[in-house]
Amino acid sequence: MDTSHLLSIRDLEARFRTEDSEVTPVRGVTLSVGAGETVALVGESGSGKSVTSLAVMGLLPRPAGRVSGGQILFRRRSGEMVDLVSLPLPELRKLRGSEIAMIFQEPMTSLNPVMTVGEQIAESVRLHMGLSQGAAMRRAEEMLDLVEIPNARHRVYEYPHQMSGGMRQRVMIALAMSCNPSLLIADEPTTALDVTIQAQILALIGRLQRDLGMGVLFITHNLGVVAEIADRVTVMYAGQVVETGSVRDIFRAPRHPYTGALLNCLPARARHREDGRRVVQSIPGSVEFVNGGCSFAPRCTRAADICRTDAIALENEKERSVRCLRWRETFA
Amino acid sequence: MSAAPLLAVEGLTKHFGRTPHIVRAVEDVSFDIAPGEVLGLVGESGSGKSTIGRLILRLIDSTAGAIRFDGQDISRLPERQLKVLRRNAQMIFQDPYASLNPRLRVREIIGEALDAHRLASGARRNERIGELLETVGLQATHMSRFPHEFSGGQRQRIGIARALAVEPKLIVADEPVSALDVSVQAQVINLMQDLRQRFGLAMLFISHDLDVVELMCDRIAVLYLGRVMEIGSSDDISQRPRHPYTRALLAASPKADPDAPKIRRMLTGDIPSPMAPPSGCVFRTRCPAATDECARVVPKLRSASGGHRFACHYDTAHDEEPAAA
Ligand SMILES: Nc1ncnc2c1ncn2[C@@H]1O[C@H](COP(=O)(O)OP(=O)(O)OP(=O)(O)O)[C@@H](O)[C@H]1O
Ligand SMILES: Nc1ncnc2c1ncn2[C@@H]1O[C@H](COP(=O)(O)OP(=O)(O)O)[C@@H](O)[C@H]1O
Ligand code: SF4
Ligand code: SF4
Ligand SMILES: [Mg+2]
Ligand SMILES: [Mg+2]
Repeated sequence: MDTSHLLSIRDLEARFRTEDSEVTPVRGVTLSVGAGETVALVGESGSGKSVTSLAVMGLLPRPAGRVSGGQILFRRRSGEMVDLVSLPLPELRKLRGSEIAMIFQEPMTSLNPVMTVGEQIAESVRLHMGLSQGAAMRRAEEMLDLVEIPNARHRVYEYPHQMSGGMRQRVMIALAMSCNPSLLIADEPTTALDVTIQAQILALIGRLQRDLGMGVLFITHNLGVVAEIADRVTVMYAGQVVETGSVRDIFRAPRHPYTGALLNCLPARARHREDGRRVVQSIPGSVEFVNGGCSFAPRCTRAADICRTDAIALENEKERSVRCLRWRETFA
Repeated sequence: MSAAPLLAVEGLTKHFGRTPHIVRAVEDVSFDIAPGEVLGLVGESGSGKSTIGRLILRLIDSTAGAIRFDGQDISRLPERQLKVLRRNAQMIFQDPYASLNPRLRVREIIGEALDAHRLASGARRNERIGELLETVGLQATHMSRFPHEFSGGQRQRIGIARALAVEPKLIVADEPVSALDVSVQAQVINLMQDLRQRFGLAMLFISHDLDVVELMCDRIAVLYLGRVMEIGSSDDISQRPRHPYTRALLAASPKADPDAPKIRRMLTGDIPSPMAPPSGCVFRTRCPAATDECARVVPKLRSASGGHRFACHYDTAHDEEPAAA
């Protein structure tokens, strides 16, 4: 096992009990994040990105949801490696918000509407860092400054609803940063924002990541955002990691047929059709969770009979991994 | 442009609310769309894109301005005289979940549009619904299902079939692919390209995604706080932008290419409230080139070349490096 990683998820499986059955929306997630590294987790809606991140945070809704297999290894600041799956809940709570922090797409749902933003940050640092009331408020002000909120001295007294979407996202980031986490999990933090505001927030996360040496797991379905911020990319399809590689390898030389097909769907890769109209390549059909065999087989132009029998393992090779029986024949 | 425009909008203005809380959603907007032409409307949220779409279809009434459809100003006509518009102009919505009545079967959803204009009845009605479903890549047998039995992309196809039912000349598509995953988005984009080719549809295509707009549209209008900042051919806007806001928007859109230059020339600050838009040029509070004059004088649209126009006192195109392609 590679202990140089800050976070190392191995063969994660997560299940939800529904009224009459059990679903397994995450069934083979293996990925890692190093200190000071930004890893993008990409995949289409329902591929299991958020369930993965909730599993890391120990926030799967109970009792319906649970981790049913695999490990989530995290290196504590003390150097000790812990498995978040088996860590007792009080221990995990202590880690959350201090060494591991998370930001979401909609800051409104995680900010308290009846507390000023300053009080919220102060409360969090009092809890995790044992600061006095006065010191905590000063820390809150510093944090708003850190996330480039103009006029921080006065903004600490504002309520979330008095702020724009971009400002609220900055407050969320300030809250997440207030305890100096070593790992930040960001689940679609810019998806609800306009592009000019998104650019500001991406730059801010990038700067904090470099200045503080954090590891960042950045969840998104936007490939443009991936190219902008990631060092490495992990691609999910139907609950499984299907490929991991450096951002350049993934965009320039994808190995999994799904990764290649997804990139070709981008409007920027449109081509002219005979009638002069510009079209993009699309992936026919929709996502299915296949039992036995490759989940992508029903949509894969390269599928063969062997793809439809047994579960397919993730092949690991230094900085790359791919879950496809035929990548050598097709992409060598 | 040679052909008489299908749609000509002049000085279109929409204010919501009343003093002192007036939201200036659309302010003096003019453009036209030729038969078969696709005009894109881009801009950040709140820039007035959806409001313009709804004004054109007379779903809401304008505060001022003219909307000529096939030569006739429809902006003040009472509803009973809007038959021609209702028959020839249709809307496709962003949210394929919210825009279809969950209690109706697909047969009723599409059939309503046929009935409203008495376009098909009896056995011919079902036949036509089946045809429409096949036109958008679904199957005739899907007509007996409910919306929840379809995926997001399939629901968007149903919305498109409903719009096509009346054989319109103009479609207002308000963020039709924004809620879809990129692989599904690709399917719907290609379908819309097929339909344009097949039926010669004109479109007002609303989106905040510049890549999608550039792909779909012949011409593009860039909006900021309800005003047109720049309008021109897709190439003019994406390759030769003249307005500082257009350039900022292009620069802020992440390119799906790890070797492309990282985000450059960032706009600072937030979009001002449309209740209190800045004096003079509405973009001046975020414009890197703003001067005192910009606070005093509203810049008029002026011509760059051909149909390419932009609203800025200065021509800053050559002061900065060209926008990344
Ligand atoms: N509480 C739950 N109970 C049952 N199923 C759930 C629950 N939460 C998530 N799921 C299922 O798990 C799968 C993965 O969901 P997840 O939220 O991780 O997707 P995602 O990749 O984050 O998608 P998106 O891009 O839409 O955010 C989906 O099929 C979803 O319906
Ligand atoms: N019914 C309404 N009442 C009051 N304000 C409205 C209404 N509809 C839209 N607006 C306002 O008009 C402006 C333009 O909105 P909209 O056309 O929806 O923008 P876009 O579609 O570009 O995001 C926004 O400030 C919005 O809040
Ligand atoms: S394993 Fe087979 S079906 Fe799956 S992606 Fe590879 S070639 Fe396609
Ligand atoms: S008129 Fe002035 S503020 Fe407006 S875009 Fe031009 S330079 Fe900028
Ligand atoms: Mg999610
Ligand atoms: Mg809108």
